[in-house]
Amino acid sequence: MDRKIRVLVAKPGLDGHDRGAKVVARAMRDAGMEVIYTGLRQTPEQIVQAAVQEDVDVLAMSILSGAHNHLFPRVMELLADKGASDVLVVGGGVIPEDDIPFLESKGIAAVFGPGTPTSATIEFIKANVKRR
Amino acid sequence: MPAKALPSALEAAASILRGDERALARLITGLEDGDPAAAGTLRALRGGSAAVGQLTAQVVGVTGPPGSGKSTLVDKLISAYRAKGLRVGVLAVDPSSPFSGGAILGDRIRMQRAEAGPGGGLDPGVFIRSLASRGRLGGLSRATAQSARALEAAGYGVVIVETVGIGQSEIDIARLADTVVLVSMPGSGDDIQVIKAGVMEIGDVFVVNKADREGSDRVVREIRAMLETGATLRQDLALRQGGAAELQPVLKTVAETGEGLPELVLALDARWAKLNASGELASRRARGAAAEARSLLAERALAELALLEPGLEEGLAMEIVRGEREVAEAAEILFSAIRK
Amino acid sequence: MGDTDKLRASVEAWRAGVDKSLAKHPERKASFETGSDAPVERLYTPLDLEGEGYAEAIGLPGEFPYTRGVQATMYRGRLWTMRQYAGFGTAEESNERYKYLLAQGQTGLSIAFDLPTQIGYDSDHPLSAGEVGKVGVAVDSLVDMEVLFAGIPLDKVSTSMTINAPAAVLLAMYVAVAEKQGVSPSALEGTIQNDILKEYIARGTYIFPPAPSMRLITDVFAYCARSVPNWNTISISGYHIREAGSTASQEVAFTLADGIAYVDAAVKAGLDVDDFAPRLSFFFNAHNDLFEEAAKFRAARRMWAHIMRERFGAVNPKSWMLRFHTQTAGSTLTAQQPDNNVVRVTLQALAAALGGTQSLHTNSRDEALALPTEASVRIALRTQQIIAYESGVAETPDPLAGSYYVESLTDRVEKEALAYLARIDELGGAVRAIEEGYVQREIQDAAYAYQKKIESGERVVVGLNKFQVPEGRPTGLLKVDPSVGERQAAALRALRLRRDGARVAAALRGVDAAARGDANMMPPILEAVRAYATLGEICDAMRAVFGEYRPGSTF
Repeated sequence: MDRKIRVLVAKPGLDGHDRGAKVVARAMRDAGMEVIYTGLRQTPEQIVQAAVQEDVDVLAMSILSGAHNHLFPRVMELLADKGASDVLVVGGGVIPEDDIPFLESKGIAAVFGPGTPTSATIEFIKANVKRR
Repeated sequence: MPAKALPSALEAAASILRGDERALARLITGLEDGDPAAAGTLRALRGGSAAVGQLTAQVVGVTGPPGSGKSTLVDKLISAYRAKGLRVGVLAVDPSSPFSGGAILGDRIRMQRAEAGPGGGLDPGVFIRSLASRGRLGGLSRATAQSARALEAAGYGVVIVETVGIGQSEIDIARLADTVVLVSMPGSGDDIQVIKAGVMEIGDVFVVNKADREGSDRVVREIRAMLETGATLRQDLALRQGGAAELQPVLKTVAETGEGLPELVLALDARWAKLNASGELASRRARGAAAEARSLLAERALAELALLEPGLEEGLAMEIVRGEREVAEAAEILFSAIRK
Repeated sequence: MGDTDKLRASVEAWRAGVDKSLAKHPERKASFETGSDAPVERLYTPLDLEGEGYAEAIGLPGEFPYTRGVQATMYRGRLWTMRQYAGFGTAEESNERYKYLLAQGQTGLSIAFDLPTQIGYDSDHPLSAGEVGKVGVAVDSLVDMEVLFAGIPLDKVSTSMTINAPAAVLLAMYVAVAEKQGVSPSALEGTIQNDILKEYIARGTYIFPPAPSMRLITDVFAYCARSVPNWNTISISGYHIREAGSTASQEVAFTLADGIAYVDAAVKAGLDVDDFAPRLSFFFNAHNDLFEEAAKFRAARRMWAHIMRERFGAVNPKSWMLRFHTQTAGSTLTAQQPDNNVVRVTLQALAAALGGTQSLHTNSRDEALALPTEASVRIALRTQQIIAYESGVAETPDPLAGSYYVESLTDRVEKEALAYLARIDELGGAVRAIEEGYVQREIQDAAYAYQKKIESGERVVVGLNKFQVPEGRPTGLLKVDPSVGERQAAALRALRLRRDGARVAAALRGVDAAARGDANMMPPILEAVRAYATLGEICDAMRAVFGEYRPGSTF
């Protein structure tokens, strides 16, 4: 069987800074993953619907607006509602270290801050994706 | 001899029929991965739907060159069919990278239901799935046809398959869709390049999108001229007797504003009615299924070949190079080896 | 043998000598590149300055083509405006920060709005949840704007507002606050960013599709030409294009392409080019490669002068002048060893001063981590003050002119940017090129190439991929009070109860009618603002007529 890692790269919140998300998406593609990109200003509802319909293994969210403490937990709740808690969820963007323990307690597997090499994100995903 | 459905397959099929999007999504993943269990689920799902007469979705293929506005057009078609009360399934196919095998699938961006309003209220009647073409360069993924059948069986009244019109995919789309919409647009200068010769015959409905741009009337004229030429070349007597009215419709749209969309939907409805009334639908689908089976057979044969004694293929190739053997002989030897 | 031939002979001899010694004394790398990946030669000499003569290509400060600066005496007359971008939380909190900055010697204000404001949503809109007051100040109505500028006389400061899609509404609010302070609009000085094209390209705070957006922009041009004559009606921005990962040449090319699109639109709308062009301003980024960046500013000025004079036939010299604000490059700041960022900002600010900027924002060291603290903002401001008062670069215009290296870099940036402009013209102009995703793809390709070079170690970023140290978590970062959203929502509820509902409804009908017709949008927007219609209500009225922009995939 030809099993590919499928990743949803999503931009929750209102900020339009997608350089990081797009660079990571390209790096994932070049690492052999299938990446679905949602574009900007996605609500948690839209993100979770896309994650379910696209049956992704990984949800990678990038946010630079500071609204992560509000939006990330909401996404985790909705994933649980849909029975999709086995999706590996990671975050990136400008997220203060102080907020990371809270986000991790909500089920975000890892938060990758500014300057993280794309290879580190990819290795983390390969090591932690919950194969079905 | 039809395969017997496993209990797990029946269970998955029942979930899908209850409207469980995740189960449907899982099925498509299984079909993409070539998982035998998925084939069983699809069998069970279609069996159930066929029993209640539910295999009646029009499968619409939308294909055209990059930048012609296909995704926006599909987005508007979704809205139009939703307004008619139909559930809509969409398969958006993009090429995989030939280097890494990975892909970036971005068609979903334009199809997200912004109209659903802020803060939620998503439309549960729309299922969008992005597929990478995987091994088949420029073509449709192996699973596309099967996924379209899965969506049909799951109760989506229209299934739209969007592909970039490059290379093999046009042939594939003609095989799996009941109706093929060929999208083009006014280009800069060499307008006729918008639709490659040889692709014309697969189009059932022609759309010149971005028709608010200069040159759209010229593209329409050129397409009509090509269709007429093609009809004449085929010595299609019926057509010559019936006049130009039987030519495929050529429509102008501006997907961004929705202009021309009602006409497109009317054309698709007319085509669908005709397919059903004439019995052409069944024969077309049968032709498509036979072709699909043949390509699976070819894939299967190649897979078998890969399992043969290592070096056989390479050895034969070297013999051809050295002039000790001809290609036809080598193929015959490989064929016998597979048959063993 | 002429002088040039003699020089050529001696340079050749020098090269031959160096080539021989390379075996024993190799260079550090096989090839050298600028910050934007352009090749750097071993040596630059007068031979590199071919083509046009000094007068045509370089000229004198304050004279066409303004390569050396838009004023004759440059910073000998007046230093650049030191303008730190700031704003967060509620209008009260931001008002305090502005007063602090003015007391510290800052000479202009630069207002940062939160994302709901930038996208035309009120603070109580569902999509605003979690975003209110985060990246800037929340402004829902004229009430917030009155508080924001309380105690700041608007005829005494120049104010820059980073606002784009709803720029017309925020400008109207500013004018209305001035009226309340008894200040005539004609006395107002400042800038609204008002640059929608780069929002589609790089920054993402768009609302409406391109056509109505361009109309709003030209309406502002026309309104200000009559009523707010000293206002910069647009700040055509390369900053965000560069932040998104473009090269220096792409930054210049895509910014000027946007500029051409705005001028085209205004001329098509019936405005005379010399009536509005003197109020166009620009906004660029400053990166670490000192010489290339200084050259970039010089090239942009020279190109714009030619574009305005030759392409658009402008005759007023003020129409030819490219005046610009600069901000140092946020994307170059590292979260690792953040104090090092002070040095990066110094180099970048120096490039801006050497390039002849009219105003400057220097980033704070902690911006890769969070909004800057007051202490960090002070260091950033002090950085440009030290450059202005201690470094000596402000003492003569364009001190780098005549450097063989810098002049050849200037020529190269110009040549590359002109090639892009030609390609964009072929595609049918900037709006079309953006709709087709061409501009975005070019930038993304550059951004990805840059990232790969950092990850391979080919490009060194100190503290990030070389010279790392183990680090603890940074402390003392600024946190925005999460209750801002609730406070803004409560204030909105109170406002909706106390204002004159009938007047609001009538004013919004006026906005609707104007949007459907082709009258200038500014007067009805101003009336709606005065009636205390909210930003969200006014933008919704326009959304209903104009629709909303929906981007596609640009991979």
